[in-house]
Amino acid sequence: MTEGLVDREIAFLDALRKAGLTVSLAEVIDSTRALGAIELLDRESLRHAWAACVLKRPAHRTTFDTLFDLWFPPVLGDQTLTEDDPLRSLEDGEGPADPEAYRDMLRQLLLDGDDEMMKRFARQVVQGLGRADTAPGRQSWFSYRVLRQLSPETLTASLLEAMLQGQERGGMAEKVARQTISERIKRFQELVEAEVRRRLAEDRGAEQISKTAVQPLAEQVDFLRASRNDMAELRRQVFPLARRLATRLTARRRLGKTGKLDFRRTVRASLGTGGVPLVTHHKPHKPHKPELVVLCDVSGSVAGFAHFTLMLAYALREQFTKVRAFAFIDTCDEVTDYFTPGGDVADALARMNSQAKLIWFDGHSDYGHSIEKFAEDYPDAVGPKTSLLILGDARNNYRATGAQTLKKLVQRSRHAYWLNPEPQAYWGSGDSATGAYEELIEMVEVRNAVQLEEFIQRLLPA
Amino acid sequence: MLQPQFASVEDTATRLGAAGYLTDHAIATTVFLADRLGKPLLIEGPAGVGKTELAKSVALATDSELIRLQCYEGLDEARALYEWNYKKQLLRIQAASDDTAWDEIHDDVFAEEFLLSRPLLTAIRNPKPTVLLIDETDKADVEVEGLLLEVLSDFQVTIPELGTIAATRRPLVFLTSNATRELSEALKRRCLYLHLDYPAADREKAIVLSRVPEVAEQLADSLVRTVRALRALELKKSPSIAETIDWAKTLVALGLDTLDEQAVHETLGVVLKHASDHTRAIEQLKLN
Repeated sequence: MTEGLVDREIAFLDALRKAGLTVSLAEVIDSTRALGAIELLDRESLRHAWAACVLKRPAHRTTFDTLFDLWFPPVLGDQTLTEDDPLRSLEDGEGPADPEAYRDMLRQLLLDGDDEMMKRFARQVVQGLGRADTAPGRQSWFSYRVLRQLSPETLTASLLEAMLQGQERGGMAEKVARQTISERIKRFQELVEAEVRRRLAEDRGAEQISKTAVQPLAEQVDFLRASRNDMAELRRQVFPLARRLATRLTARRRLGKTGKLDFRRTVRASLGTGGVPLVTHHKPHKPHKPELVVLCDVSGSVAGFAHFTLMLAYALREQFTKVRAFAFIDTCDEVTDYFTPGGDVADALARMNSQAKLIWFDGHSDYGHSIEKFAEDYPDAVGPKTSLLILGDARNNYRATGAQTLKKLVQRSRHAYWLNPEPQAYWGSGDSATGAYEELIEMVEVRNAVQLEEFIQRLLPA
Repeated sequence: MLQPQFASVEDTATRLGAAGYLTDHAIATTVFLADRLGKPLLIEGPAGVGKTELAKSVALATDSELIRLQCYEGLDEARALYEWNYKKQLLRIQAASDDTAWDEIHDDVFAEEFLLSRPLLTAIRNPKPTVLLIDETDKADVEVEGLLLEVLSDFQVTIPELGTIAATRRPLVFLTSNATRELSEALKRRCLYLHLDYPAADREKAIVLSRVPEVAEQLADSLVRTVRALRALELKKSPSIAETIDWAKTLVALGLDTLDEQAVHETLGVVLKHASDHTRAIEQLKLN
């Protein structure tokens, strides 16, 4: 085994650690043993072998792949083409490359879906279109230059035409074709980005690029900064997350102290030992299930956070005796009925946004009015068994806070928490009314899914 | 003690293929490595992607005995590892004549004869090639994980009355999990890890064609693409490979040779098992 390879391996595993994965010494040893077992010339074997040794969570896979491609690039430098290579036609003629020729070829490739060819094409495209001089004598590589010039999305219409071949438009066939096309376009974009990273790493070293190439994991993405893709990814995680939380909570309850003496079972069991109760039996503890009332701000700025938390609350329904949800922007309305059991949550959110009466005056957040309205219209919502959960960033547009009403609500409830998706450092700045609320109610910073999970574990008693 | 079954990654892929399991490069490499390094393999992934099937096929391909431990809540040492057959022990004690010394009986009742071997011990003691499948590990309680740690890292079991029993031949161990709960770091560290996800389009098509040979290639193609479109929707339960295969069988049984709106509408129940998923799919795929 060459020493250079092991050095490279250690450096790579170290980069993984820096990206947030835990790689233990035992796993390093496994990876090194794996080197001796597999065919080293086959790069994909190496990738899968190390993935098996080091990766222990599917969410880390993208990070692993990105870094692996950086540290063990598939190829070096420019692509050399043989005489009869179909990509050859792109290289003809001197001077700047012609984007139209590339676009034609891309269209054909998206239609065929040949992955191997697509890889080589991506390489050629980056070579032809992705280079730019940043300073005299210095060059760099950009994926947006490639994607802007080719703009693969604009090919969708003509691809649809070709794929459907005169089938009826607007039906299922179109939907399925669209799905296929967008999958392939996404694949192409990933290939271009990977190729650009490879080129950059070649110029500046893998270590340098590793730092910026890796995207944060979905569960650690800030709710307030989440892109549409991140939100979709988070929504997909709601049910697994809820299931995980629920099993953990049931396990904790089972492990908790047992309840009162079960007289009947104890006496029955004592017969086996001649009437002497050697073993006592106990009744299982009755789990305490709180009622949950969620009052959430669904105005644009925090909508993503509110939706995610509402979905999670509903997915955890069995853990509570009752869940009621209220949404507000500048006035408040009950939205419990939109979430029917077994119903579709994404649908429910859409209906909630279009049908519930959430706007009273100008559609800017008004916590004061919303809290007053909530206390006035639903006086029975908050009682001594209720856990009250308020979700929002408390950005009140400098309006009245309704603090006195909130104080009464908090006193009436069993527990009350305020979940704020803003970083704690920003609380109280600008129009944030956290100062007024913080002394009345426990305010918790919940910026990402990980923090939310921690909070819910605390909320539900053992 | 370590006797690898597979010669190379290609060999793994071919032999699993012959056993009816179509692998991809990742699966073949990982199985090969688990065999070569003698480490347990933890397979995670959504329901119905062929986790258990993989273990069964490896057993078939290597001509090994398959020993299966199904995990469930409340599984304990007595069900997983070994148990003393106390009824038989009692009989032995009662049958002893009065002048037999206690020491003698004591040694006698803790002999091989009174030991009930459960899957883990059976797998370790088996001198023939063995595949040990620990199914749905996440369903078992946390204490069972502690038990597995000992067995899986040293492949030996200590029975106080008999001493330590070490494996004469290391079994090939597969653990499967649906990830309903996070397994402990310690257990994960001792295993190689494979995440089985929904397969790539080509592989899924090949699987459908091999499992349901009656289906026409054209139909398999559109079937797979439709299933992928369904998976892209935000459904409660995305259709798995098992469901794709069922769907193909259904279409063959109904004698349909194209997958148009009406066919999908009528047979959607085969792939989607929730009423809300149903409505959502019909609306999103514009089936009505």
